[in-house]
Amino acid sequence: MPDLLLRFVIGGAVVSLFAVVGDLLKPESLGGIFAAAPTIALASLALTMKRHGADYVELEGRSMLVGAIAFVLYASAVSFILMRFRAKAMATSALLLVVWLGTAAGLWAVWLRR
Amino acid sequence: MRLKLQLTSLRETTPMEYAKRFLFGGLVTVLASLVAEKWGPIVGGLFLAFPGIFPASISLVEKHKIQREAAESKYGIVAARREASVEAAGASAGAFGLFAFALVVWKAAGNHPLGLVLPLAMSGWLAVACLCWLIREKL
Repeated sequence: MPDLLLRFVIGGAVVSLFAVVGDLLKPESLGGIFAAAPTIALASLALTMKRHGADYVELEGRSMLVGAIAFVLYASAVSFILMRFRAKAMATSALLLVVWLGTAAGLWAVWLRR
Repeated sequence: MRLKLQLTSLRETTPMEYAKRFLFGGLVTVLASLVAEKWGPIVGGLFLAFPGIFPASISLVEKHKIQREAAESKYGIVAARREASVEAAGASAGAFGLFAFALVVWKAAGNHPLGLVLPLAMSGWLAVACLCWLIREKL
């Protein structure tokens, strides 16, 4: 429980920090790169290394590659739909999380699960 | 195109919005670690690149643009969604950087101290994200 609380506080702080940097930077497209900063990894890898060791972190890093590929497709899909159809940002980005989940699950099945 | 720091944009975000970001950020981090605890590092690692707070971030961009346009008595929904789209395109460049970050962690965490690996991975993220952003701007 103290570990989860620590992850919560560090995660909240790291996400907030990167979000503020993204807000400050103009043009918006440059600020946008901070919306895909490795915030969760930064907040948790040190604690994970301490608790589980280097082999575990290596495996997480390899899987994170797949998550990142899924993120590229997801963010591109959100950008395209918003530009093409002028849809609502929250609804579009929330619904298209299935793109991230589908890509991550597909690559997990063909590469990581073996 | 000029790069700049716009300090006034900090005033557009309300204390409640800052609190929500903190809350979402903390919750997504906890969720990722719970997934790793339950299903192991192979599934858990996927969620280190989960765009958990992205929907909230992008809807804030849209909302703030609508507010700015409304302050000038304009109907700003179309412009706001275009701005959110541009932000998402920037995020796709950032996600390429996320790939570089993960690659460094995967290849280096086993034989180097994390105190070295994380700064190196962050440098990789920033370099690749900025490069992808620059290429996209030139196209």
